Amino acid sequence: MDLHLMSASPTDDERAAVDELLGPPDTGWVGGERAPGEERRFARGGRAAREERDFLLPALHALQARVGWISEGGLTYVCQRLTVPPAEAFGVATFYTMFSLRPRPGTVVHVCDDLACRIGGDVLCSELERTVGAPGEAADGAVATWMRSPCLGMCERAPAALVQRSGPGASDEALGTVSVAQVRRLLDGDTPEPEFARPTDPRVPSAPQTWDDDSRVGVRLLRRVGVVDPSSIDDYRAHGGYEALRRAHELGSDGVIREVTDSQLLGRGGAAFPTGVKWKAVAEQAARPHFFVCNADESEPGTFKDRVVMEQDPFAVIEALTIAGHATGCEQGYIYIRGEYPLATERLVHAIAEARRHGFLGEDVMGEGFAFDIELRRGAGAYICGEETALFNSIEGKRGEPRNKPPFPVQRGLFGKPTGINNVETLLNVLEILRVGGAAFAEIGAEGSAGTRLFCLSGTVARPGLYEVEAGATLREVLELAGGILGTPKAVLLGGAAGGFVTPEDLDIRLTFKAAREGGYTLGSGVVMAFNESVDLVDIVLRIARFFRDESCGQCVPCRVGTVRQDEALHRLVSERTIGSLQQELALIDEIAQVMRDASICGLGQTAASAVQSAVQRLHLFDGQGASA
Amino acid sequence: MVGLATVFGAGGGTSSYEEIEHTDLVLLWGSNARAAHPIFFHHVLKGIHNGTKMIVVDPRRTESAEWGDLWLGIDVGSDIALSNTMAREIIVNDLHHHAFIEHATTGFEAYRESVMDWTLERGEAATGVPAEIIQEVAHAYAKADRATICWTLGITEHHNAVDNVLSLINLSLLTGHVGVYGSGVNPLRGQNNVQGGGDMGAIPNKLPGFQDIEMDAAAREKFERAWGVPIIPKYGWHLTQMFHAMERGHIRALYVIGENPANSEADATHATPLLENLDCLIVQDIFMTKTAELADVVFPASAAWAEAEGTVTNSERRVQRVRKALDPPGNAKDDIWIIVQLAKRLGVDWGEVTAHAAWEELRTLSPMHAGMSYERLEELGGIQWPCPDETHPGTLFLHARLWEFDDPEKQGTKAPFSVVIDDPPVDGLDAEFPLRLTTGRRLDSYNTGVQSGGYTSPLRRPESIEVSPEDAETLGVEEGERVTVTSRRGSVEAPVHIDHGLRPGLVFMTLHFPDEVETNRLTIEANDPKSGTAEFKATAVRIDKRARVPADVSGNRDAE
Repeated sequence: MDLHLMSASPTDDERAAVDELLGPPDTGWVGGERAPGEERRFARGGRAAREERDFLLPALHALQARVGWISEGGLTYVCQRLTVPPAEAFGVATFYTMFSLRPRPGTVVHVCDDLACRIGGDVLCSELERTVGAPGEAADGAVATWMRSPCLGMCERAPAALVQRSGPGASDEALGTVSVAQVRRLLDGDTPEPEFARPTDPRVPSAPQTWDDDSRVGVRLLRRVGVVDPSSIDDYRAHGGYEALRRAHELGSDGVIREVTDSQLLGRGGAAFPTGVKWKAVAEQAARPHFFVCNADESEPGTFKDRVVMEQDPFAVIEALTIAGHATGCEQGYIYIRGEYPLATERLVHAIAEARRHGFLGEDVMGEGFAFDIELRRGAGAYICGEETALFNSIEGKRGEPRNKPPFPVQRGLFGKPTGINNVETLLNVLEILRVGGAAFAEIGAEGSAGTRLFCLSGTVARPGLYEVEAGATLREVLELAGGILGTPKAVLLGGAAGGFVTPEDLDIRLTFKAAREGGYTLGSGVVMAFNESVDLVDIVLRIARFFRDESCGQCVPCRVGTVRQDEALHRLVSERTIGSLQQELALIDEIAQVMRDASICGLGQTAASAVQSAVQRLHLFDGQGASA
Repeated sequence: MVGLATVFGAGGGTSSYEEIEHTDLVLLWGSNARAAHPIFFHHVLKGIHNGTKMIVVDPRRTESAEWGDLWLGIDVGSDIALSNTMAREIIVNDLHHHAFIEHATTGFEAYRESVMDWTLERGEAATGVPAEIIQEVAHAYAKADRATICWTLGITEHHNAVDNVLSLINLSLLTGHVGVYGSGVNPLRGQNNVQGGGDMGAIPNKLPGFQDIEMDAAAREKFERAWGVPIIPKYGWHLTQMFHAMERGHIRALYVIGENPANSEADATHATPLLENLDCLIVQDIFMTKTAELADVVFPASAAWAEAEGTVTNSERRVQRVRKALDPPGNAKDDIWIIVQLAKRLGVDWGEVTAHAAWEELRTLSPMHAGMSYERLEELGGIQWPCPDETHPGTLFLHARLWEFDDPEKQGTKAPFSVVIDDPPVDGLDAEFPLRLTTGRRLDSYNTGVQSGGYTSPLRRPESIEVSPEDAETLGVEEGERVTVTSRRGSVEAPVHIDHGLRPGLVFMTLHFPDEVETNRLTIEANDPKSGTAEFKATAVRIDKRARVPADVSGNRDAE
């Protein structure tokens, strides 16, 4: 408010893109065309306009998708429509990597150079740099350009690329196992040929367990993956869909929470918080309304489990979120999905519309007198937005910076209201809990780690992909599901960039929360990335350090400075230009890690040193004692 | 002030700041409080945060209007048309407060009669605002559980200022939105102590504590006893009348304390020679103002907020202590000291007078201040009048008495409805002067700039004539282009600023930069006979591209 708008005007295209989202403006006073002679002597605004602030991110998406960048005129128009000060909107737009505030070619190929995709020495991007030119460079009139990207969540089909397109009706596309030749064709303006691997194969190459009936045994969360038509609600229902929601109606809210509590389900997002406790806390909050958010901003390098499920079984996500909303007294749910998942987004959007059409969402869900609806919000390229409070800020149309806790989300979350938030995998477990009963679910897996877990196998394993195993399996067993590590095992990254390295000697560790805690490692988001003798581990560790340096939101000092200092210190070690002795540098890295762990606001900063620390301490990559990289 | 005193017997806003934070509806009428009353607006923002709905009535779509849930862009000077139309809509829909009207007011029948021909259609024609929007506002105001009307100079800087105020008070009486927590009628004050000035008798018709100088013989006697001088039972002149008296030669000497009429009077071209022609002009100020430059004698005064002891009274009637932190610089002296010395030279020795002593005297003479000892003011963080004795906590909101339906003694005088007639601005629009100029304030400047011009501000931009994008196009002028603005009284030169908050036909200037552009050369000195306020808000002007105007016609100061 108190808008000091810039003088630039939107183009017709930009205006149309925003109006398509927000509807046409009431009057010229709030951004409409001021037709001469048609003077409007009133205007509405105030609360109604301010309450639309959360449309800022979708509006920026609309501009980016329509014209390929966010111009000053476009931004001004959005500001006027949503009564957002331009400085704030600029701050939001520049927060996300998928938005450009400078003109650029209409098509951008984001080529992943993150961990799984750089195994073998960053071949794809290096080759592109050599043959096409530096990332982001484009000749005048070029239709496309390419950029390096952090993990695109397609590690099972590395190397991956995301084609971001603009123009009316344009849609983004994620591509796996891309080659230099393919990227070059894309840059020439070609649309991908069918030969490109696309995740529409009924066999679901991303989930090898689903390829045959034998390996399906024991699969629970992936029950329908590769079996149902992800676009058909009827097919979903024919395979047990919406039975859990019916059961939830029979049990009532309290009953559902009791079952979830009895199941001893722990959150799969990394913090392992008891889901039943969280739900109960939300349900009991006096303040209204309550919100429930499905965190589908899966951005941890090496992680792709939620993507596979959302692509192949989208209705399950919708049903599980509906149950969560029912149990916790919400009428509105949100799915916040990362911007790099175009197919999952498309399928969820379709599924939400279908569910609405069939009365599984809306004013009267299943005729049970319970109102619940879901809005899907897309991220735009920011790892930090997977942190729950950063995610809330992002939905609210603010910079995706984490909030201090307390207050916790169950007290003051989205829009300052009590909010439950679980990631996709956690929610999926709820369907299983209601299917078998909470007590029976608690019997599955190992003590303290009820149920099954999804692991994302990538790197130098025989069959990269998503695997579901009962909690309690060892790391070696999980690797063997994927055909084992090819060649000589050198290390396994467990839990993602925020996780840690495991040495080949430790492959028999149990993948349970309890064992992880005791053994000083973390399951994180279920990343199991294997590296053999062909992989330059130092390069991998440097990439991790760069990842955190890039993705730190910069809000709090320990992380903003610490991630940079960590990266710099590692580079000095590698280039043997240490300041002081090697021991001093290692001590500095230790100290930085300590400060980030102790003093960062959120999990990003607190874990930004984990993998690096484990590489230093367990792999001895930098102290001259390790097997040379 | 006059309007409120006429109806309720006391010239003060009825509500406290905190009530704005807890009301259901704020009707901000003729006020850009966001820019002009930023401190008060913080309370409004708290209210908005708490869920208060705000409707803004203003010809311009101001920053304040942007905060509102609904904005009505009325024609300048059509306030009475709007309020009368709202009143009829409320009455014909039986939304008026029958019990309050019957037991606490007088004159309803005549009022009802007077508004009955203000149909929505007529209201639309007179104000420019669509009938259904007027209807919506009328219903919202009448149906709100708590509703407050706040106004400022958009209401009072008109030739019929008092009628404008009365028309708003009528709405509050009609709906019972007065005398209860969260409901009221509140003029916002432009200065930290403008309320205090009135309270202390610095108005022509009242002794301190709003005791009437003509009607209240007992009060007069009380003051005569205390002061040992007879008090002439005759109203004095307000500022505009004083200028008329100067014009007639009836005033030959003028003592100006903390005012800058050479810049702030409407039709400034006219005011300056009058001041120059006086036999004796004394100016007491902390700045060398343009008026001071004309003076025979200048008394450099102390800054009231840092160099003097005493009290101030804010818009919510809260009397607060002010303490001296610094000695005034150079030869500057405390206001009280200057007045006492002047009296001495005139032959009366009041001895050593301190602010505290003056205050203690006031407490014995003004019943509404009687309970406010310095100690209590300090202890309670200020007290809102009336506070009749030292056990009284002060008064959060005024006129609760009106609701004492069963106790005529407690209820006191009932509040009269006033018949008010729509009377458009004196300075009419015609082919020669087709644009309506209205004036106002910006956030970072204060009145004629005497107190704010010395400080830099990142928001400040030079004076300009603000026009709608449509008019800029019609006139063929661009942002920053210097144009000549001419009214029936004079013309000035100013750069154009295109403001999307203006509709075609409406242009805007401030009065903050008289040295750059003397806006008040344009404004009309049409005064409200009851309050003496000039019609700064409605001037008919035309804008000419500079090349078309011969240099000798331009009345621009720089050209002289």
